[in-house]
Amino acid sequence: MEKMPAIQVENLVSHYGEREILKNISLEVPRGEILVIMGGSGSGKSTFLRSLLGLKKATSGKVQLLGKDILQMNESEMHTMRKNMGVAFQGGALFNSLTVGENVRLPLREHTKLDESTINIMSRMKLEVVNLAGFEDLKPAELSGGMIKRAALARAIVMDPKLLFFDEPSAGLDPVAAVELDELILTLRDAMRMTIVVVTHELESAYKIADRITVLDQGRILMTGSVDEVKNSSNKRIQSLLHRQARNEDIDADEYLKRLTRKSPIH
Amino acid sequence: MPSITHNIESLGRKTVSSIEECGYVTALFFESIYWLVMGKRRNQAIRFSAVVNEAKKIGVDAVAISAVLCFAIGIMLAIQGIETLKTFGAQSQVILGIALSVTREFSPLIIGILVAGRSGSSIAARIGTMNESQEIDALQVMGINPVRYLASPILIAMLIMLPLLVILGDFMGLLGGAVYSYIDLNISFSAYAERSFEILTIDDISQGLIKSVVFAAIIALVSLSNGFQVSGGAEGVGKATTRSVVMSISLIVLADMIFTYFLNR
Repeated sequence: MEKMPAIQVENLVSHYGEREILKNISLEVPRGEILVIMGGSGSGKSTFLRSLLGLKKATSGKVQLLGKDILQMNESEMHTMRKNMGVAFQGGALFNSLTVGENVRLPLREHTKLDESTINIMSRMKLEVVNLAGFEDLKPAELSGGMIKRAALARAIVMDPKLLFFDEPSAGLDPVAAVELDELILTLRDAMRMTIVVVTHELESAYKIADRITVLDQGRILMTGSVDEVKNSSNKRIQSLLHRQARNEDIDADEYLKRLTRKSPIH
Repeated sequence: MPSITHNIESLGRKTVSSIEECGYVTALFFESIYWLVMGKRRNQAIRFSAVVNEAKKIGVDAVAISAVLCFAIGIMLAIQGIETLKTFGAQSQVILGIALSVTREFSPLIIGILVAGRSGSSIAARIGTMNESQEIDALQVMGINPVRYLASPILIAMLIMLPLLVILGDFMGLLGGAVYSYIDLNISFSAYAERSFEILTIDDISQGLIKSVVFAAIIALVSLSNGFQVSGGAEGVGKATTRSVVMSISLIVLADMIFTYFLNR
């Protein structure tokens, strides 16, 4: 069981309406690894993350977390699985009506029968980990962007999950705060042996934390490899992503004309 | 010709989406009730404190304004009633009119519309904003069912508080009628009260209460479903809020008409 990869995705296909977003994605993440998923806007990385989290039903394929296929699970199995997953969303997604402390305590309150003082100690320990000790009585609206992300991280790890998902950790942060957050992600893997999936388009952050990088483009995986392998890839699209070049796609004249003259959909 | 097919197509789409919405609301209702009954067994009980919190926002905070509005309705009915009954010289019969119309009709209707405007809009806006800022997603990935955590407490609190507000409204409406009758016709409070209790039957009161339970379900489900289905940022939240108030009030008035017809046959 321990040998099994933490995450195993096979031939994942996903649609929004009639549009195919993910085209046959296969991927494995061994336990204790940090995998960074990179890609430009519209590459399908958000949809891929939502599929991994079970928030978006895939059209076909297999998504195995900790050896169990989440697409085949019933609700109570999924409920159990969710206790092993922590997610830090891009905007934090902290509950605005609750204080930081209450936010972090919420999973413990809902999933465990621990008494109040144990819950308090456990949540404070996690706030210490993310350097937010002493901020627990503040509301999310009173925190800075970096603090919100760290608080969201504290909430994500409060149940000591085996899998941690992090959506755009460094987006919108100043360089110092971004580096601090990267350090924190590395610490979590080393100290808590978590398997971590990070979705980002920040190169610097990706190079720093990744054991391996998966590059997504237009719903397909271009490559999965170590930082050096990705850096040295000869693939044109990867290089343009890494060097921030504009996409110069060949224009199909017929397609182009069709797009210009098509009828607007009815709303 | 194309415009005809265009219209037919958009009519078809609207029909499908309305049916979808009805299905969504029904599912939301049954899921909320499911968590109420089964929550404990599945280790996901509905928090009593959450229900109390919602009940405070929906009911307790609306006590003063409900009282004032129903009192005003009572006075208004007394003025109109006395004016009309003067023609027959039967002014004292105004007590009958006020007693029946307040308990059966005006108190539940006014309270329903008030709560739809006050709480319905705030529920839709709150849930909609949570949806937009991924808080609903966060609940889901934490293994906390959003219907159990957010919707059930609101529905339960609404079903409890609306009838209570209606009872308060009944009392305040009758009081308003009594005050004006005293001023205009010099009917004493005790005589007014005695006559009112003579007239009113359990049936009259329960008619208003049954309606209020239906209105409560309408307000809760319409505003929750609008909130959960928000998309499109701040504008989407605004639209959902407006839509939920307009829909709640329209459905309340229509449901009122249907219930009044059947309960009075």
